[in-house]
Amino acid sequence: MGKLLIQDKEIVVPGEIIAEGMDHLPGQGTYREGDKIIAGRLGLANVEGRAVKLIALSGRYIPKRNDTIICQVIDVGFSGWRVETNSAYSAMLSVKDATSEFIRRGADITHYFNVGDYLVAKITNVTSQKLIDISTKGPGLRKLHGGRIIQVNCNKVPRIIGKAGSMVSMIKNATGCRITVGQNGLVWLEGEPKSEYIAIEAIRKIEQEAHLSGLTDRVKAFLEEKTGKKVEPGVEEPELR
Amino acid sequence: MTYSKRLNDRKMDELRPIEAKVGVIERADGSAMFKIGNTWAYASVYGPRNLYPKFMQDPQSGILRVNYNMMPFSGSGERVRPGANRRAKEISMVSEKALLPVLDLKEFPNSVVDVFIELPQTEAGSRCAGICAASMALADAGLNMKDLVAAVSVGRVDDKLLVDLDYSEEAYEDGPVADIPIAMMPQSGKITLLQMDGEVTKEDLRKAIGMGKEACGRIYEVMKKALKEKYEVQ
Repeated sequence: MGKLLIQDKEIVVPGEIIAEGMDHLPGQGTYREGDKIIAGRLGLANVEGRAVKLIALSGRYIPKRNDTIICQVIDVGFSGWRVETNSAYSAMLSVKDATSEFIRRGADITHYFNVGDYLVAKITNVTSQKLIDISTKGPGLRKLHGGRIIQVNCNKVPRIIGKAGSMVSMIKNATGCRITVGQNGLVWLEGEPKSEYIAIEAIRKIEQEAHLSGLTDRVKAFLEEKTGKKVEPGVEEPELR
Repeated sequence: MTYSKRLNDRKMDELRPIEAKVGVIERADGSAMFKIGNTWAYASVYGPRNLYPKFMQDPQSGILRVNYNMMPFSGSGERVRPGANRRAKEISMVSEKALLPVLDLKEFPNSVVDVFIELPQTEAGSRCAGICAASMALADAGLNMKDLVAAVSVGRVDDKLLVDLDYSEEAYEDGPVADIPIAMMPQSGKITLLQMDGEVTKEDLRKAIGMGKEACGRIYEVMKKALKEKYEVQ
């Protein structure tokens, strides 16, 4: 009979034996050696039936297809832009994925995006050599004007967004800021300087307490205290924004 | 006179007091501190990130780059001349080779993971402390690792076998001394670093490595606890 040597939701370190025997299956972040399942990284163990996987708590962003990210233009070429993605790799935005307008060959494309501009873009493809293609054609994808960018731990982004965007929409409603959260750990905010500051504090609080339950209520209380207004719980938004 | 009692009143297989903490450098992707006696090591990990010059890139896998540095007044005597020197380069290289077997950077082709090991004060065993700190920092950086790496120095002073030599023992003058730094993967028991300075017999070396393995197990427990402490629910 196989034996699980850790508890569900326990922190495990690389090399730690998670389970013995063949009754459990190694999931993401784990590997099997002989009849043991061993942790292949630092993470939070998650036991789902027979499968055991590790949820990452730290680490830099790894580009994935269909992620919406916030990125910065670092170079302009003949037929596109190179953008920095807050990961180990830069991405390519080609003119045909940037806009539906007709652009004559050889035209000055800095008119659309120039070096230093921040964009909200979607990753359309990632190759095995980590060549990344992105697109700015689609709902919510655009160039960002004004506001400020903050960096958060990209592993906490799902918590900042909340279930179907409920957490971020609560912050938006409470502070009146416009907020865009990129999967790559960059967050764009724009609003009154004071409310921007409150929104940043709220995001930092979520980042720090992401692993604790009852987070929504605490963030709600925090926002009510800071803004001095009654805060409606966030509505679930269909699209991440 | 034989070496019958250790100068600091430790048992032969006793380690110096250890203190370990993870996440000490906020801006790094992963960081850790490892203090063993008066030897302090801080390690910070940056990356995976872009690697230039381009000829250094490996399209099959990411590469690891370790930099070991003793700070100017970290030694027990003269000021250490800052910057790279022959010794620091060698230790950077052996530390890198000690850490590489546990790391899997296949997921990050053409990129680099930088590890910076800084030693604010040292009293023997600095490469071992550096490797311990670096392996915790790499785990903290969320990289794929099959195990941690624990390291300790063992050795012979006169006719005694000791664990975790300090400077007074390394510099013992009234008899032969051997200093053997060991790094290993504590779960599998495989050795990733084995160096020696001095002279020992084959039997003593075998025994010393056995003592080192046992001591690495104790260090591993400290490292594990430090890693869990950072992330544990308060």
